[in-house]
Amino acid sequence: MRLDEIKNALQCEILTKNNDLSLVEVDTVLASDGMSEILASPHPGALMVTGLTNIQSVMTANFADIKAIVYIRGKVPNENTVSFAQQKGIHVMATKLGMFDVCGLLRQYGMKGVI
Amino acid sequence: MAEELFRKAFTIYGGNFSRAGESSTEIKEILKGLHIDNTIIRRSVIVAFEAEMNVVMYASTATLNFIITDEDICFEILDQGPGIADIEQAMQEGFSTADDELRAMGFGFGMGLPNIKKNSDHLLIESDVGKGTKLSARIRLNPDASP
Repeated sequence: MRLDEIKNALQCEILTKNNDLSLVEVDTVLASDGMSEILASPHPGALMVTGLTNIQSVMTANFADIKAIVYIRGKVPNENTVSFAQQKGIHVMATKLGMFDVCGLLRQYGMKGVI
Repeated sequence: MAEELFRKAFTIYGGNFSRAGESSTEIKEILKGLHIDNTIIRRSVIVAFEAEMNVVMYASTATLNFIITDEDICFEILDQGPGIADIEQAMQEGFSTADDELRAMGFGFGMGLPNIKKNSDHLLIESDVGKGTKLSARIRLNPDASP
């Protein structure tokens, strides 16, 4: 699924800039608010779905070679965290939907889960 | 005997969440600059990051020695902290002494030490309750080489 399709499906606001989301494709989702849970099942190139917005969420994505993060429940990371994601080439977006709905929708579109 | 090629020491401060993970971020950049295999880099930085977060969450301070030899990537973390009373128990997935405040930061779910073990080719943890913990982890540059 391309990131622009994910943006539309989840009604996301894009937080990082200068991204052509149609060029980035993901097929696997890691969904958790626990960062060690994400690191326990690293899947390079995956999409991370989380409600944790501190800078360690982006660091976790960076260490696990994750391409993009969707922040849920209307949570938005601060400017410093978004800037760090931009610097590391990680696409960041936010949706008002909760974890259950986000995962359910992504599943409907054929995305696979890891954890 | 492995030949040491690079060494850098980082100081990590307990409770400093605003800077937690900075050492591991720098370690990733160093390893990327050396064009080391992506899987080895990923395993190494997961070890470094989990160890760094353990110090931030539980200890007062620590030194993280990051060493690259011609055979492996090594991390030695010596902390001043409460120590671990039962290391075997601490290695079990899901076991945690973290409180809700730490969990709200995204950590403390009992996966840190298991993640370190899973991503290390060699791991040694020595602890003195009330004084601190020494964690030594090695990741081989050539996973097929004999240990």
